[in-house]
Amino acid sequence: MELPDAGPLWLSLRLAAVTTLILLVLGTALAWWLAGTRSRLKPLVEAVTALPLVLPPTVLGFYLLVMMSPNGPLGRLWLDATGSTLTFSFAGIVIGSVFYSLPFAVQPLQATFETIGRGPMEAAAMLRASPFDAFLSVMSPMALRGYLTAAVLTFAHTIGEFGVVLMVGGSIPGRTKVISIAIYEHVETIDYAAAHLLSAGLLVFSFLVLVFVYGVNRRFPGHRG
Amino acid sequence: MLSVDIRRDFPGFSLEVAHDFAMEGITALFGPSGCGKSTLLRVIAGLETGARGTVRLGAEAWQAPGRRALAPHRRGLGYVFQEARLFPHLDVAGNLRYAERRARQVPGRAFGFDDVVAALDLGPLLGRRTGALSGGERQRVSIGRTLLARPRLMLMDEPLAALDLRRKAGILPHIARLPQAFGVPVIYVTHAIDEVTQLADRMVVLSEGRKTAEGPVEEVLARLDLPPATGRFEAGAVAEARILGHDRTWNLTRLEVGGQALEMPEVDLAPGTVVRLRVRARDVSLATERPRGVSIRNILAAEVLEILPEPQTAFAEILLSVGGVRLRARLTRASVSDLGIAPGSAVFALIKSVSFDRRALVPAGPGEGEGTPAPEDAPPQASETPVQRSGSALHIGE
Repeated sequence: MELPDAGPLWLSLRLAAVTTLILLVLGTALAWWLAGTRSRLKPLVEAVTALPLVLPPTVLGFYLLVMMSPNGPLGRLWLDATGSTLTFSFAGIVIGSVFYSLPFAVQPLQATFETIGRGPMEAAAMLRASPFDAFLSVMSPMALRGYLTAAVLTFAHTIGEFGVVLMVGGSIPGRTKVISIAIYEHVETIDYAAAHLLSAGLLVFSFLVLVFVYGVNRRFPGHRG
Repeated sequence: MLSVDIRRDFPGFSLEVAHDFAMEGITALFGPSGCGKSTLLRVIAGLETGARGTVRLGAEAWQAPGRRALAPHRRGLGYVFQEARLFPHLDVAGNLRYAERRARQVPGRAFGFDDVVAALDLGPLLGRRTGALSGGERQRVSIGRTLLARPRLMLMDEPLAALDLRRKAGILPHIARLPQAFGVPVIYVTHAIDEVTQLADRMVVLSEGRKTAEGPVEEVLARLDLPPATGRFEAGAVAEARILGHDRTWNLTRLEVGGQALEMPEVDLAPGTVVRLRVRARDVSLATERPRGVSIRNILAAEVLEILPEPQTAFAEILLSVGGVRLRARLTRASVSDLGIAPGSAVFALIKSVSFDRRALVPAGPGEGEGTPAPEDAPPQASETPVQRSGSALHIGE
């Protein structure tokens, strides 16, 4: 039997994977800055980073739509560079997801960096390691647990994304129709059996992810320096 | 020469120090907690941003006004932190190799991985996780790791502060040997006077962010005007003495201090060896005539140089000269008054106890080194009592 929802499922997985990769890089930079800075801008940046946690996805999606439309600043730049529009495209929903899942990458990383402190970086510098070398060879492996948590939470949160995708991506099969939008459409067309299948799948998946995250946190109760 | 002239302001505290550190031997940076000595070390290393002034090693300016400071990892310094800061994701060998790999381009191949492992007795630890090490083992690994980075100068920030007496005694000899064995000078931060006397050639005293004294350890410790950073209980003088010979009948060793003889329980050192003794001020009593019928056998003729009463207390400190060697005595002010002593008075110093700070400053012959470091897990020596802080303390019987 051919699964009717293989397309949305595959698209959601791809979206989550790409978003997670981008956010691990961006989130590292932002979390590292936040963990070390004494700047007065810090609370401001922290607030902006946390906004997606409290903002309705539709609000975030609405402003992203305005930015990404062919007349918006981001959309025009994209149109000039690639010749295609950003809205209702896979790239568009990736950008949306990056904003939407930002706190799920930044917050665990920032907490991990703050817990580890600058001590190991200083020790590495005193062994002739450059800051970049020290980050890769000491900080990253010590922060492995934080990276695992950040990656898993970002991935899971992006899999379940609905509002932002709907606003900037719509429901184009194979491009922007992700799993949660497929569920919504099944419910709209009163196909509860299909909705159940997908919903239960997401429920079990989310539950397993959280069990994994808490399990990891229990097995590695912090590093002893 | 490492020339430092810096200022660092904190709310309610400022550190302002100018000093030229010799690039040889061990220099102790000594002072009470919060005097700024660790901050000074961090400024030298470039870890403390926000310090103004200059730090230069010879012709290299590491920090100078109007210039970008040289990054810490380019200074060629070693730093042993109080908490060791071993990398928990690597085992002991991994920690050592981490430093070794990054020092490949450094010229000079005087010693290698195996030499450091042997000198610090790290062989049995190589495969261990850092989390499974004792405090003393961690510091030994940290010192080895720092050596393998081939530093031009080693900064040590109270590396023994978290260790108990026994583990401290196990590591001290390793540190004392660093300048000779590995050709690396050391700046050693501590607030423990026994570490200063056992390790250092010179000392710099800091108090509330300012330098209050500097010079050879013997000279600085003999001064009376310094703030009682070590606590009066431990205050005293350090004197060099030469082993004259041994009395096998009574198991005594005779030493010469300032032209006079001193006895202590027998030590296994060849005649001619120069050692460093520490005599605490509270272990020295004075008499104006040579006393008879007392159990104290060490009675030295001395001259009073200076008397420093401590206001609002019962005590006074007396600086003495025993044939040019300086000793300190701590008496009550009432005793000073009763004895009627003044600078220039001839007195007899009754020395109750001497501790033996550092083996063989100058070995008498070949094969007589700094002594074998006590294994860390060896039982404490019987002569070590809680008040006798030195690694190899010996009493002179009363």
